[in-house]
Amino acid sequence: MTSANQIRMPAGGASAPPAGPHKAGRESARRADNRRKWYEIIGLTTPAVLIYVMFVLVPMGFAVYYSLFRWRGVGPPTEFVGLRNYTLAFQDPIFLDALRNNAIIVFGSLLIQGPIALGVALLLNRRFRGRAVFRLLVFVPYVLAEVTVGIMWKLLLTGEGTVDALLRSLGMGGLVQAWLADLDVVIWTLLAILTWKYVGFAIILLLAGLSNVPDELTEAAAIDGASWWQIQRHVTIPLLGPTIRIWMFLSMIGSLQIFDMIWVTSVPAVRSLGASATMATYMVDNGFFARLWGYGNAVAVILFVISFVAALLFQRFLLRRDIEGAITGRAK
Amino acid sequence: MATKRRASAVLALLMTSVLVTAGCSGGEEAAPQSELYKDPVTLSWWHNASQDGPGKTYWEKVAKDFSALHPTVKIEIEAIETNQLQRTRLPAALLSSDPPDIFQAWGGGEMTEQVEADYLKDITDQVKTEVGNIGSAAEIWQVKGKQYGLPFRMGIEGIWYNKDMFAAAGISAPPTTFEELNTAVTKLKATNVIPIAVGAGDKWPAAHWWYNMALRACSVDALKKASAEKNFDDPCFVKAGQDLKAFIDTKPFQPNFIATPGQNDPTSANGMLANGKAAMELMGDWNRGTLDTVTTDKAKLASFLGWFPVPAIAGSPGDPKAALGGGDGFSCAKNAPAECVEFLKYIVSPEVQKGYAETGTGLPVAKGAADAVKDPALKSILDATSGASYVQLWLDTAYGSTVGNAMNDAIVAIFAGNGTPEKVVSAMKAAASK
Repeated sequence: MTSANQIRMPAGGASAPPAGPHKAGRESARRADNRRKWYEIIGLTTPAVLIYVMFVLVPMGFAVYYSLFRWRGVGPPTEFVGLRNYTLAFQDPIFLDALRNNAIIVFGSLLIQGPIALGVALLLNRRFRGRAVFRLLVFVPYVLAEVTVGIMWKLLLTGEGTVDALLRSLGMGGLVQAWLADLDVVIWTLLAILTWKYVGFAIILLLAGLSNVPDELTEAAAIDGASWWQIQRHVTIPLLGPTIRIWMFLSMIGSLQIFDMIWVTSVPAVRSLGASATMATYMVDNGFFARLWGYGNAVAVILFVISFVAALLFQRFLLRRDIEGAITGRAK
Repeated sequence: MATKRRASAVLALLMTSVLVTAGCSGGEEAAPQSELYKDPVTLSWWHNASQDGPGKTYWEKVAKDFSALHPTVKIEIEAIETNQLQRTRLPAALLSSDPPDIFQAWGGGEMTEQVEADYLKDITDQVKTEVGNIGSAAEIWQVKGKQYGLPFRMGIEGIWYNKDMFAAAGISAPPTTFEELNTAVTKLKATNVIPIAVGAGDKWPAAHWWYNMALRACSVDALKKASAEKNFDDPCFVKAGQDLKAFIDTKPFQPNFIATPGQNDPTSANGMLANGKAAMELMGDWNRGTLDTVTTDKAKLASFLGWFPVPAIAGSPGDPKAALGGGDGFSCAKNAPAECVEFLKYIVSPEVQKGYAETGTGLPVAKGAADAVKDPALKSILDATSGASYVQLWLDTAYGSTVGNAMNDAIVAIFAGNGTPEKVVSAMKAAASK
C-alpha cells in the first residue's frame, strides 16, 4: 500500500508549509489536499463511470431480466418463465451449430493467423527494398470496414465470380466450390476471409513488439555465433511473448463476438440452417426476425458469459505475468 | 466491430426500456371530429419505399398534396427498408411513448398482437366508405371485426415468366396444372435455360413454394383454422411438404439456389428472370417494379414478361381458384391525432390510388383505380385476383413472425436436402409455444 504522502509527493513538494508548522495546520492542509484529490477523482471519472453504468451495466442488467420472460416485444414483458429460454437455447441444434462455428473461428484464427503473422513480421523486420510498401499492403485489409470486405468477397465468390474464373484459368477448375452455398464449405470460406482481413492486425502488433526487442541482445547473440534462425528462435520470439499473448486475447474475444462479416457475407438461409451462424447472428435472427425478444436476450447473456469466462481464464493463466508487470511495475 | 454492434444493441434495449416506463404515463385524447384541421399538427409517417424510385417519389407527392389541401397538417416522412422497419424500428417505436403516427402495416398475426397490446387506433366507424370501396381485401387489416388499418396495395402471387423462352422451348400455353409445369420444366431444360429461379437465400421466396403446395393440399377450412387457432394438425400440411419435395426432386431450380438472394441485385433470382437467365419465378405483384430495377434492358423485359397463376394440383382437396396474396397498408397509432385517419382515407381514395397504380410499383385496391394499370402482366394479376375464390394471406404473415420464421427455416431445410415434411409441422408447433 502506498501512503497518501507518497502520492502527494510530486505536487505537494512545492506547496509544503515551511518547517515547524502547527500540527493542526498540517492536518487541515492535508484534509484540504485530500478533498481536492477526491474532487479530482470524482470530476475526472464521473463522465466515464456514468456512461459505463448507463450504457453497459444497466443494459446488461436489463438483458438478464428480459431473458427470464417469454416476451415477443409487444407490450411489457409479463410472462415469467425462469430459465426456460436458456434451456431452449441449449436444446436447439442450430444454436449448438453456432457455438461450434464460433469455436472454429476462435481456434482457426489463432492457429492460422498466428504462424503467418509471426513469419511475415519477422520477414518485414529485416531491411529490404520496398519494405514500407509491403508493410502498408499487409495492413490494408484490416483498415477496410468489415461490411465492405464482406460484400467484396461475396461478389468475388458468388455464382460465376472472379475467384472461380481465376481458378479455372489457372487450370484448377477442380477446386471450384459453391463457396457460400455449400453447407459444409461456407464456414471455412468465412474463416479464410476473416484470416485475410485480420492477419494484418496481428502482423502490425507483432512488428510493434519486434521494435521493442533490443538490438544489443540480437547483436550479442550474433557475436556469439548464433545463426539468424537461432536468434529468432531463442531471443526474439521469447521476447515477443507478451505481444503474442495480447494478440491471442484480442483475437479470441473478437472471434467469439463476430457478427458483421458473417451477417453480410452469408445469406439468411445458410445461417438459419446452422452452417454459418454464430452466437451473435443467431441472437439477431431469433431476437428480431423470429420476434423472440426474451429468448434473444437469453442468447445475449449466454454470449456474454462465455466471452467473460474465456477472458477471465485467459487472463488468469496466460496474461498473468504480463499484467502484473503493467500494473505493479517490475519486482524490486 | 462486433463489440460496437453489441453495444448498440444493448443501447437500443436500454432506450426501449426507458421508453416503456415513459410510455405508461402520457397519451392525449384524440381531438373530436369537429376540431379537425383547427390546430396545426405534424404527422410522422413511416413507410418502406426506401429505395429511390417512383414509389418513394410518389409518397412524397401524396404528403405534399395533402398538406396543400389542409395547411394545418405537416407530414414528416421516414422511409425505412422493410426488414429494419418491420423487425426493429417499429416494434421499438411502438414500445415507446412516441411511435410514428401513421406507419406501414401488413395485417395478419402481427397486427393481432399489436391490437392486443393496444397500439393501434380503431378506425372502424370513420372508414366505412373506404372499406366498402376496397372490398374483401380490407379484411386482412381487421382484428375481431374491427378495422385497424387500410391497404393501399394488394395482389396475389403467381409465376412470372419469359414468353420468348417459352416459345423457344415449344411451350404453347402457360401451364395450368403441375403436370404441365413439370413438362414445361423438362422442355426448358432441353433448351439449356434455367427453368425456375428461386431466391432461397432469403428464405421466404423458397417458403412461398411450400405455401402454394399447402394452398393446393389443404381445404379452405383447414387454412382458416390454421390462421385463427395456430392449429396445424391437418395432415394436409405434411402433404404440402411431400409435394414440395417431389417437385424439388425434378430439379427445376438453378444450381446452388440455397445462396441465391431473392431480389434487388442482378445475381438474385429476380435478376436472373429480368436478364434472361431463367424462364420463371414465383413472386408477388410488386415484382413488376423490382424486375425493372435489376434489368439491363427495360424495353426487352417489357416485351417478354408474362404472368400466370400458380398451377393446380389434380385431385387435391384445395380449391384450384384459391390464391395466396398479401398487401401493404397503413395503420394509425392509438394516440395519433384525428388527422391521421383523414390522411389514411386520402391515401386510399380512388384518385390517389390511381396515381399509385400509375407508378407501376404495385396493384391498387380501391375500385376505380384499376383502369390506371397499364402493364399487361399486372393486368392479368388484377383479373386473377378478382377471379380468385379465396385469398389466403402469406402464411408467415398470417401466423406471425415466430411461427412464420420457424416455418420458413424448416422449409428451407427441405430445399437444402436435410429437412423433412414432418419437421416443418413440428417446427411450427414448437415455435407457437416458444
